Amino acid sequence: MEDIILNQLSYSILSWTVFLPVIGAVLLLFMRSANLIRWTTLGVTIATFFISLPILSNFDKSTYKMQFVEKSDWIPSWGINYFIGIDGISVLFIFLTTILSILCVLVSWKSIENKTKEFHIAILTMEAGMLGVFVALDFFLFYLFWEAMLIPMFLLIGVWGGKNRVYAAIKFFLYTLVGSLLMLVGIVVLYYAGGKTLDILALSRAQYPLQMQYWLFMAFFAAFAVKVPMFPVHTWLPDAHTEAPTAGSVILAGVLIKMGAYGFLRFSMPMLPDATKFFVGPIMVLSIVAIIYGALVCFAQKDFKRLIAYSSVSHMGFVTLGLFALNTQGIEGGILQMLNHGIITGAMFLMIGMIYERTHTRVIAEYGGFAKLVPWYAGLFMILTFASVGLPGTNGFIGEFLIIFAAFKSKMIYGVLATTGIILGAGYMLWLYQRIFFQDANPDYEASGKHPVKDLELREVIALVPLIIFIFWIGFHPNTFLEYMHASVEHLIGQLNETAYAGNENMIAKYFMEIF
Amino acid sequence: MNAEAVIGIADIRPIVPELTLIFAGLILMMLDLIVKRKEIVAVVGIAGALVALFGTYKLYGITVDQVAFARMFVLDGYASFFKLIFYLNLILTICISIKYMVIEKASFGEYYALLMFSTAGMMIMASASDLIVLYLGLELMALSTYILTGLMRKQPRSNEAALKYFFLGAFSSAFLLYGISLTYGLTGTTNLKEIATAFHTLSITGDPIAYLGLIFIIVAFGFKIALVPFHMWAPDVYEGAPTSITAFMSVGPKAAGFAVLGRVLFEAFGSMQVEWGAVLIPMAVITMAVGSIIALAQTNIKRMLAYSSIAHAGYMLLGIIAGTQAGLTSTANYLMIYTFMNIGAFGIVIMLRSEGFQGENLDDYKGLAKSHPLASALMLIFMFSLTGIPPTAGFIGKFYVFMELINAGYTYLAIIAVVFSAISAFFYLRIIMYMYMKDPEGEVVLTTSPSLSIALAVSAMMVLIIGVFPSILLNLVRYSILGTY
Repeated sequence: MEDIILNQLSYSILSWTVFLPVIGAVLLLFMRSANLIRWTTLGVTIATFFISLPILSNFDKSTYKMQFVEKSDWIPSWGINYFIGIDGISVLFIFLTTILSILCVLVSWKSIENKTKEFHIAILTMEAGMLGVFVALDFFLFYLFWEAMLIPMFLLIGVWGGKNRVYAAIKFFLYTLVGSLLMLVGIVVLYYAGGKTLDILALSRAQYPLQMQYWLFMAFFAAFAVKVPMFPVHTWLPDAHTEAPTAGSVILAGVLIKMGAYGFLRFSMPMLPDATKFFVGPIMVLSIVAIIYGALVCFAQKDFKRLIAYSSVSHMGFVTLGLFALNTQGIEGGILQMLNHGIITGAMFLMIGMIYERTHTRVIAEYGGFAKLVPWYAGLFMILTFASVGLPGTNGFIGEFLIIFAAFKSKMIYGVLATTGIILGAGYMLWLYQRIFFQDANPDYEASGKHPVKDLELREVIALVPLIIFIFWIGFHPNTFLEYMHASVEHLIGQLNETAYAGNENMIAKYFMEIF
Repeated sequence: MNAEAVIGIADIRPIVPELTLIFAGLILMMLDLIVKRKEIVAVVGIAGALVALFGTYKLYGITVDQVAFARMFVLDGYASFFKLIFYLNLILTICISIKYMVIEKASFGEYYALLMFSTAGMMIMASASDLIVLYLGLELMALSTYILTGLMRKQPRSNEAALKYFFLGAFSSAFLLYGISLTYGLTGTTNLKEIATAFHTLSITGDPIAYLGLIFIIVAFGFKIALVPFHMWAPDVYEGAPTSITAFMSVGPKAAGFAVLGRVLFEAFGSMQVEWGAVLIPMAVITMAVGSIIALAQTNIKRMLAYSSIAHAGYMLLGIIAGTQAGLTSTANYLMIYTFMNIGAFGIVIMLRSEGFQGENLDDYKGLAKSHPLASALMLIFMFSLTGIPPTAGFIGKFYVFMELINAGYTYLAIIAVVFSAISAFFYLRIIMYMYMKDPEGEVVLTTSPSLSIALAVSAMMVLIIGVFPSILLNLVRYSILGTY
């Protein structure tokens, strides 16, 4: 196997990172006191973060190969291995996940008083599932984590969510389940086509008949597009985001919806390059519809959280637009934008959670004049707003710039339309900021005796500061992060170009004729 | 054709486990007369089952198929694996019954004896390599189950269920006998292997009478495993029977039916695979559809689980439709996993039944997680496993079936199956939703007993262990049926 570098460290660092939260969850089973549970969960998430740190210092940026690889027999009769490792595409997501998990615990410290134990077990198993998805190098293992994650997320939304939580939870579960099950059929077909293995690297090296690629692409698309979510199947997202508790929204926006895009990068593109090129047109169109439609819908929202949820649809449209531009800038921009969106939207949901704890309303019209009431809060939210609209100096600018650049390179019209989306984005975000923080103060909140709205506590500022640092770090020096991806992205582009049917467009055209 | 085969003392050896069970059943009936506490009868029953299990284990290791009674009875890995399912079904059922039958005021010693006899019948079915022995086993199983269904004789719905089950069961037996006689008339033998040979030598594979015989046999077993359109009895019988018997029935007779169906179709009618495939494919599709869709509308949990069990029969049938030994293996694997998750789910249903409280309505599950977090967590595991979500065993079962189905070229069937699987997710989720996301309406008292707790713990552990380390079960089932790992 020439594509892997066995674990360079003396201990199985990836396994520890993934399974430490599981161990923590098991420990929680035996605890009673709510505070002990909170501190233990915080300890476990912080420990997970620190255990994963040596990955950064030991990561070899010059190669596309899978690193820190661990491989052992798991289900020999099916040829399935416990096979994990990371490359430049997945490495940064590990850190996004571990950092956001810590923040989720912090932000839930006071707001979760009902079924505290179950909540923290759900958070920890969720973290393990997300990490597992990013490190899995066996399709079966990947699917296991991918689906297992649905269980804690379903409970997070349904048990600790808002008013409409049950509807949102079931909608979320069924949407993603249908997509995933179709992917499961695709996985089994791939298993036989790729020579009875589910090793992702081996499957990426093999080549598949054109017609099979199309069907497989559609099966995978069903799973990944729902998760991203792309335009026609996005409707679960506003409900789930709005109804989930703050920690759930942060995880959903921060990591979970990135998995769909990650799936495109890890499976669809390297395994099915011809089909990927074949479907580029429709996917670009869907991405642009998502960007513009998502932005327009934002203008009509009356609910603070729902507005940010719809903005995710728009932003994820940028991500898929970048990825399917199929050039270096696009893919790197797409990956970076996923991180950016995780950081910005994650932070926004944290802040919405904080203000909701104080005002108990999310209706935008009931806010107003908050710049005076909570100046620190207003200041920090201002940074997030600017990052979200892509002001130079923040991370949003770098990601969107790369993507727009790639879109123009791919086709002029894509670039023009995507830029329109950015303008609309600035529109709804600034209008939101104006309505909440400026305008006339809502008399309810001004009369301090009735509803005293306090400014941020230290615990809350601590939760936000790391994310703010990343916003500027990526904004001013994106290369720290981009250099992790270069080798892997180049390799991916190479895989996309060296295909069985390269240059044989006639054949694709012929197949196209056959379909219609 | 080999009528002169001599039956001797050596023929006894392969049927020792069956004899042990029947003997244990007889002892239980005697014991019933002298002991007052029926718990003792139950414990002796478990001991008897364990002794029989040990017998099967001793016979298991022998790689050569053992035949007995002029090749009417065969003991191979296939039969042994199914017998393992029957033992687990029997022991787990006894464990969940003890307290429950006391509450239902139907704690008779015969209850445990009949469970033994019924299981012995299933084991004879799994080992039958002759249509006559098969019928013998079937009737032993069925007659015992009819009585068990009606054991709560003061409750009208239990009586109704028993009567309904008896009539439809008798009807299906008649179908079976008709199928057997047609096949015998055509081939001149009732031995499965010889039927296959006769089809070949007499070249009568395409004969209409052969079709007819095949269809009658499929119909008869369609009744036993509750395939649509022969499922009408299942919801009423499952609802009316004592819950522990519902658990027993939803696994045991179903597994026995599949064991026999697999053996008859593969060994006797192997040359007519295209024909029986054409019959089974539409049946599997409508079984999954009817089971999944009608379950959505149920408010009684026993009825809901009845429809769920119909849907699961559809998935299991897919393994047989694949038409390969490996496909059959995946069905057997599914049945083993189904045993744990289904008996586990019924175990929780039994927990909710307490003195003066039925606990069968979905509404009774409202807010259960608040008052009884552990029981709710177990139910959550079983429900996700029935849905087929990893990392539970239910996923492994479905994955294996889909794998073999797609390998045999039925990708479209796999797609249909996953669609119904997604539909069925809704009613399993609804129970979780009731438990975790609604507020309790009244105080629910759970009835616990040590044996019930053990059964639930074992089921939940197995569901999770098989889900994460499927090799344990896969090696066993593949070695038993395919002869390789």
